[in-house]
Amino acid sequence: MFGWSELTPALPELIILATACAVLLLGLFSRSEKGGLLVLTSIIGVVFAAIATAKSHMGAHELVKQVLFNGNFVRDYMGDILKIAVYFIMLFVFIYSKQYLRNKNIFKGEFYALMLFGLLGIMIMISGYNYITLYIGLELVALSSYALVAFDRDNAQSNESAMKYFILGAIASGMLLYGMSMIYGATGTLQIDEISAAIGQSQNNLLVVFGLVFVLVGVSFKLGAAPFHMWVPDVYQGAPTATTLFISSAPKIAAFAFAIRILAQSLDGIIDQWQQIVAVIAILSIIIGNLFALQQDNIKRLFAYSTVSHIGFMLLGFLGGEDGYSASMFYIITYALMSVAGFGMIIVLSCKGFEAEKISDFKGLNQRNGWFAFMMLLIIASMAGFPPLVGFISKLVVLKAVVDQGYYVLAGIAVIFAVIGSFYYLKIIKTMYFDESDNDQEITAGFDVKSILSFNALLQLGLLLFIPSILSYGVKAIGSL
Amino acid sequence: MSSLSLLSLLIWLPILAAFGILALGPQRAGMARLFALASSLVSLVLSIPLWMNFDKTTAAMQFVEKFNWIPTLNINYHLGVDGIAMPLIVLTTFITVLTILSAWKVIQKNVHQFMAAFLMLEAMMIGVFCAQDAMLFYIFFEAMLIPMFLIIGVWGGPNRVYATIKFFIYTFFGSVFMLIALIYLYMKGGTFNIAEMAAIPLSLTEQIWLFFAFFLAFAVKIPMFPVHTWLPDAHVEAPTAGSVILAAIMLKIGGYGFLRFSLPITPDASSELGWLVITLSLIAIVYIGLIAMVQKDMKKLIAYSSISHMGFVTLGIFIAFMLIAKGGDTHMALEGAMAQMVSHGFISAALFLCVGVLYDRMHTRLIRDYGGVINTMPLFGAFFVFFAMSNAGLPGTSGFVGEFMVILSAFQANFWFAFLAAITLIFGAAYSLWMVKRVVFGEVKSEAVSQLTDITKRETFILAVLAIAVLALGLYPEPLIDVMRVSVSHLIELISISKV
Repeated sequence: MFGWSELTPALPELIILATACAVLLLGLFSRSEKGGLLVLTSIIGVVFAAIATAKSHMGAHELVKQVLFNGNFVRDYMGDILKIAVYFIMLFVFIYSKQYLRNKNIFKGEFYALMLFGLLGIMIMISGYNYITLYIGLELVALSSYALVAFDRDNAQSNESAMKYFILGAIASGMLLYGMSMIYGATGTLQIDEISAAIGQSQNNLLVVFGLVFVLVGVSFKLGAAPFHMWVPDVYQGAPTATTLFISSAPKIAAFAFAIRILAQSLDGIIDQWQQIVAVIAILSIIIGNLFALQQDNIKRLFAYSTVSHIGFMLLGFLGGEDGYSASMFYIITYALMSVAGFGMIIVLSCKGFEAEKISDFKGLNQRNGWFAFMMLLIIASMAGFPPLVGFISKLVVLKAVVDQGYYVLAGIAVIFAVIGSFYYLKIIKTMYFDESDNDQEITAGFDVKSILSFNALLQLGLLLFIPSILSYGVKAIGSL
Repeated sequence: MSSLSLLSLLIWLPILAAFGILALGPQRAGMARLFALASSLVSLVLSIPLWMNFDKTTAAMQFVEKFNWIPTLNINYHLGVDGIAMPLIVLTTFITVLTILSAWKVIQKNVHQFMAAFLMLEAMMIGVFCAQDAMLFYIFFEAMLIPMFLIIGVWGGPNRVYATIKFFIYTFFGSVFMLIALIYLYMKGGTFNIAEMAAIPLSLTEQIWLFFAFFLAFAVKIPMFPVHTWLPDAHVEAPTAGSVILAAIMLKIGGYGFLRFSLPITPDASSELGWLVITLSLIAIVYIGLIAMVQKDMKKLIAYSSISHMGFVTLGIFIAFMLIAKGGDTHMALEGAMAQMVSHGFISAALFLCVGVLYDRMHTRLIRDYGGVINTMPLFGAFFVFFAMSNAGLPGTSGFVGEFMVILSAFQANFWFAFLAAITLIFGAAYSLWMVKRVVFGEVKSEAVSQLTDITKRETFILAVLAIAVLALGLYPEPLIDVMRVSVSHLIELISISKV
């Protein structure tokens, strides 16, 4: 039985659900090509959800874990922090995507409705406390993403990548469910803390380990970690940039939460087993992501491979115990912020009938627009992990956690490939600054998009001032799991 | 002005000025130049109280500023200088003013960005010399790569892309291992404070690993023999001002790193592996000296001569361990290395500026295109010959002081070291003077040479200031040596105690 008071921790989800439905309806009736109303509604919904999250965060004793709906749903410190980060990123996504959809003449209300449903799925993934809830959240994100990837329906590439994404995603979901059922068979429950307790009591966990392998396959697929990364480049490239913007940022945070809930919270009893697998996946992702990115001349594809390597770095943090989890959390949040800025830049540089997809489209950006070249420089340098930008600090905390556990070789490999990776980032900087421009198109994006993007890029420097508090949030979040 | 925030001012004023200049936009080039010059002059003026108020009697860090930046990682914004860092900071502010002046007319494209990049670079280099927190040091150490990358890449020569990427990847690759070493030390001692890191007890195996991690970073930067190949490329492609700052200051950061990190943190490994560094240094001095002799490009020649001269710095630093064992004059070795660094800062800067002067007029750096320059540019010829002489270590110039001190202390360690090192006095004279002979003297080579105009007042001023510095340091090096004496003693105390 639950009353209204018990619903308050789930209020943000309810608000997003209501907003999604409202936007869906509004989209039907609004004939306006500009669709400012839809964007505004979405933004207001997210802002309200943020207020609700902040309120329930402060209302309850912030470090107390609130489990509701018969143990299916949890509100805790980590969830709150991750949700706040996701709201932030979604605001960026909404604003950048508006620009893109207008340019391509595919502005439809469904786009925002789908994104909001995706956001709902993300929030459920963050707050799920039962394998089934987690799975529902995951599928909600996945289904919205499939549709969003295919959104540019007259574009064959968009459709092809959606098809690929869908088929591979369905297989991965199947694997995940199969693994979950094994764990259920071994422990007799799907609830996170009960699984953890059951594993702690049992002597022989062979079946759970068997299930774990499949669960990890599913998680790695959703994260886009090697060797389950095959979909990432194709989908990133084929999808409309507005969609890539979305799937490269917020769902990664959800996938992190998903991995924490499953690996750290429910399967903590077999940590020795999953750490070995995660170590291999992490290192493979770093190697494959960086090596393949070297070859790309399409910037969306390049970012896709760089995502793979970033995910590898984030997974490396899972080897570092509690310090490592909070390092990973910091890593994934800052990465999402960089990624959204990177794709935002592609959108801003595109204009009607032209998409800045190739690296060569960035040629001589410094001459065309020095300010945005500088912004892109900040974003790229942060992605590459050059000091003093935020990307460096996030790599530093992960490396520290890993070295702390004695994984010197892994840290060494990660660092060597970070150097190799710096090469393709440098290539972009080189293109922007050293090459002569071959088009002198003005940047036509609206003032709002430009200023928000500048803000987003400057965050790569500005966050440096807030690093202590963000890091301590992460430590608190993981400590109160 | 409170002396407490002096170092912060030195770091942050150029950064603020850089942003201000960027905001000026590409149209107002003249203002960008003036603004940059003003900012660099302010930095120079600010470094005067640094020198004046510096207490020579203590090895403790001075002008200390400290506040906790990232408590969870124990990273502090911790600045301070001792007798080793202070002269290098003054050198940085001094050379920056001259480079900005030297780029006054030459740089016409994106002036505001060029000046902003230079001021950023200045701030990062001062930061490196002030940082007392290892992570802060690392951040400054790496952050200076991006402005330098842009300076070479945007305003550089035809093969600039290759040179910049090579420069970047080499330096970046070297330094990330230092990062791992720093993290490891943090795990051991729970601190990023450089002075406290020196007190962490380490076994010999640990020290050897850490030594190589630091060695990679600093050997690439300084650069030492097998990893030096980025430097000639970078120098050839860089604009004159970029070459000057690269040779005069950035290379010194490698030597400074050895003194600040390798020696105190891994004394036993440095002593064990000293033979390796000494061998590499001697190879650099002799072999690179020979390579310099056959260069056709003046900038390449000076670049190789830089590597050869930096060999003296590493020789002086690592011979200290042998001297401790034998009871020789360790002070002289380390002070000689430092004197060599400062002196090379002046001389290499001057030589690159001279080549820049010629290049601006003739647009070629090949020696064979010149000849008889003295006939049309007498004043310039005098300067060029003077700086080439001091590059060869002529007594009375600053080039002599450091080389002689290092050779003398090498003598105490091993006769053959001194013998090989002293050969450079011949090689150095050979390549420097031969270049001057072919460029400045002889018949007027071509029509273009006969139409050269002598250096302008601005150029004369820059070269004269440097010539005065070279002479002053050569005739009376005592003020410089005096400033660093106590700090060097402290360093020697640190490295003579075995950690094992």
